[in-house]
Amino acid sequence: MSQLAATSFPADLVPQAPEDPLFGLMAAYRADPFEKKIDLGIGAYRDDNAKPWVLPVVKKADAILRDDPTVNHEYLPIAGLPAFTSAAAKLILGANSAAISDKRVHSIQTISGTGAVHLGALFLSKFYPGKPTVYFSNPTWANHNQIFSNVHLPIATYPYFSKATKGLDFTGMKRAISDAPNHSIILLHACAHNPTGVDPTQEQWKELAILLREKSHFPFFDCAYQGFASGDLAKDAWAVRYFVEQGFELCIAQSFAKNFGLYGERAGCFHFVTSAGAEAQKTISRIGSQLAILQRSEISNPPAYGARIASLILNDEALFKEWEANLRTMSGRIIDMRKALRSKLEELGTPGTWNHITDQIGMFSFTGLSEKQVLELRDVAHVYMTKNGRISMAGLNTGNVEYFAKAVDRYVQVTILQLEVYMRGLFSRYHPEADLCSSSSTVLQKLLLTYLILRELANPNSFLVSLEKRRNFNK
Amino acid sequence: MLDSRFSNISVLVPGEGFSPIGAGFKDDTSDKKVNLGAGVYRDDNALPWLLPVVKKVEETLMQDPDRDHEYLPVDGLASFISLARDLVLDLASDASLIARIASIQTVSGTGANHLAARFLAESLKPQRVWFPDPTWVNHKLLWSLVGDVQQSFYPYFDPVSRDIQFDNMITTLENEATAGDVILLHACAHNPTGVDPSRIQWEKIADLCERKQLFPLFDCAYQGFATGNVDDDAWAIRHFFRRGTLEIGIAQSFSKNFGLYGERVGAFHLVTNSPQAAAKSRIQLMILQGGEISTPPAYGAKIVAAVLGDADLRRDWEADLTTMTSRLKNMRQALYGELTKLATPGNWDYLISQIGMFSYLGLTKEQINALGIKYHIYAYSTGRISISGLTPKNISYVALAIDSVVREV
Repeated sequence: MSQLAATSFPADLVPQAPEDPLFGLMAAYRADPFEKKIDLGIGAYRDDNAKPWVLPVVKKADAILRDDPTVNHEYLPIAGLPAFTSAAAKLILGANSAAISDKRVHSIQTISGTGAVHLGALFLSKFYPGKPTVYFSNPTWANHNQIFSNVHLPIATYPYFSKATKGLDFTGMKRAISDAPNHSIILLHACAHNPTGVDPTQEQWKELAILLREKSHFPFFDCAYQGFASGDLAKDAWAVRYFVEQGFELCIAQSFAKNFGLYGERAGCFHFVTSAGAEAQKTISRIGSQLAILQRSEISNPPAYGARIASLILNDEALFKEWEANLRTMSGRIIDMRKALRSKLEELGTPGTWNHITDQIGMFSFTGLSEKQVLELRDVAHVYMTKNGRISMAGLNTGNVEYFAKAVDRYVQVTILQLEVYMRGLFSRYHPEADLCSSSSTVLQKLLLTYLILRELANPNSFLVSLEKRRNFNK
Repeated sequence: MLDSRFSNISVLVPGEGFSPIGAGFKDDTSDKKVNLGAGVYRDDNALPWLLPVVKKVEETLMQDPDRDHEYLPVDGLASFISLARDLVLDLASDASLIARIASIQTVSGTGANHLAARFLAESLKPQRVWFPDPTWVNHKLLWSLVGDVQQSFYPYFDPVSRDIQFDNMITTLENEATAGDVILLHACAHNPTGVDPSRIQWEKIADLCERKQLFPLFDCAYQGFATGNVDDDAWAIRHFFRRGTLEIGIAQSFSKNFGLYGERVGAFHLVTNSPQAAAKSRIQLMILQGGEISTPPAYGAKIVAAVLGDADLRRDWEADLTTMTSRLKNMRQALYGELTKLATPGNWDYLISQIGMFSYLGLTKEQINALGIKYHIYAYSTGRISISGLTPKNISYVALAIDSVVREV
């Protein structure tokens, strides 16, 4: 046998790629022997026993399909199961949507939400006039960057999360969208923003619509939590429907992973909506033909199983009602956990304000913790969350919410203590005469200390680093 | 009212291969209609056939109280991936061999071909990808999407002899291919011709790949479905692998051999020369897949893993494969017999020497049209027929119709 040739895939052509962030997190969690460990990194719903929950209505639909002799494993059409895609369109746009009755909507079944965002991105990368930049929120779902880079679309971000208020940085968001060149593509989360849980109010959405129209931007909605956010399907679809009613040409990536619990079965849909007009139907037909080509080139046709289940439920009145009840179960438990966490932290008197926990919506909450703090919490308390400080409320349950609250409380207290020690050190260096321990220390000094500590809770890394630098500089 | 940005994009008219046979067949109200277009298996009653082993496993999965729909990892179901790999490659659990292979679950064969094309276009940067002439209708489209890789055809099917024009094939590649070019090879049951190279010819193709430093990419959609024997059908791939000198890619589909078409079960395997290259390639493949679909669909992969992972179920599956392949062989034999009886002009021997689901009838476009219009028999305008559309009930009718159009059109 001749010598093995050097590989055709050397390091300069196939460089070491960074490992998937979630993968490392899951592995670390699994390897941890600590009994009370908590996994707040998962992006899937868990019940009160921390177990995956197959929706009862999904189990029912599964059994019905099993007994149906006409159900088989044949190829779906390129655009997917027609009963599924039409029901999916009605779900997000509303059964009485003018866009649907005007036939201004093209729907194509995709590999869940990711497949829909990818197909939309791919279509836009090939057919959107000019060289548009895609703007998405800072932060956004970890995979958005990868999906748009994958199709070589230039990307940029708009401010979104305010660390100070733990709410929406609306001014920053509007400014960036306004500064973006006209005709940019703006990626918007329809509801239950991932990872922050912070959604614009209806008034804010209206302002955004005015701004996007002024700038001729193209809205790209990512809708992964309809029904899962508030428990109310229409309420969660309000923003998307508003933009459609306002006459925008836009697209929607729709996932059925969370709201049907169909995660791994990859049920999703991509909708392209064009504005009303004489050419609308022709436009939709042309766009549909191009989407079909793209789909054919990558997957040929989408997977049947998950779509069949969702389709059966969406198209049957009784099953649909059952589904809505299951949605309320899931969103209800999440909301209960938010309430429980907030009240426990307030009970413990944990320094800081905690209303953001119940102001935010959906599965995720942005704690505002830095990567360093996330890793420390992992080491100290065996609590696992993604490095950006995002926690999944679905990982909390009546069995662990108290432990988590106490872990957060202890951690915050310890951090304050550490900061206090640093501050005292700094004060004594510059004001050796100041005795912060004595009862004669001025209120002003104590207030200053408290202010500095609280400010640092928002951004400790840079402060501690700068403290270290200053200490070293002064040595 | 806002103008659409997309007012000026054109409608893409589907090419030859995409002729809407399905639609024509569906709308035809004649009770004599025959669908010879679809690339799916049909039973003796022209109906889809749920493999008994698949039905058995589905029932077991349904009863499992721990069953869920959780996400698979980005690269897919681990048990499925290794079982799929071990089905096509005979690794004898050799850890050093396994370490050199990067495997990933994909959205069926199309997804595997697509991922392979993307990965190879970006990492190997081949000047050209070579397809056999003719090839599966989707190969060109698929590679067009992924970047600036020139597409060329190597001579393959000789319509006169109905065999491979092997010397032409080797000479063309010898003279025109350059190092690093990707050469696409159908592992068995070539689509659409049904003509496969002999083992000696496969060895010569492997020699050529070594000499010219070409990258063989196997499209393996019919393992077990061609001859009924999974090992025989994998002979070519395993021969290339056993040489130990070639890095190869394998796009693997479980659509036909498991009848799982719409559940989109597939895998891509990259055989490299070093464990380091395999490890890095695997991560790169996961990044590409992650940015397009996140994770592959679970349902079908769980079924395949359950079957391949259990000795009894695996035997059941092989019996089901025999059912399908014998039926197809019988239909080939029957059509051949009928056409011989009718003394239809032409040589019909190829019907029984060709292999798999398809055959190239060698009819002209006008003859194919006539088959549709006059006789309600639907086939691709390229002349490809799907043997699975034949049944004991319609075989004489089809033979008569072919006989008519050959004589009269």
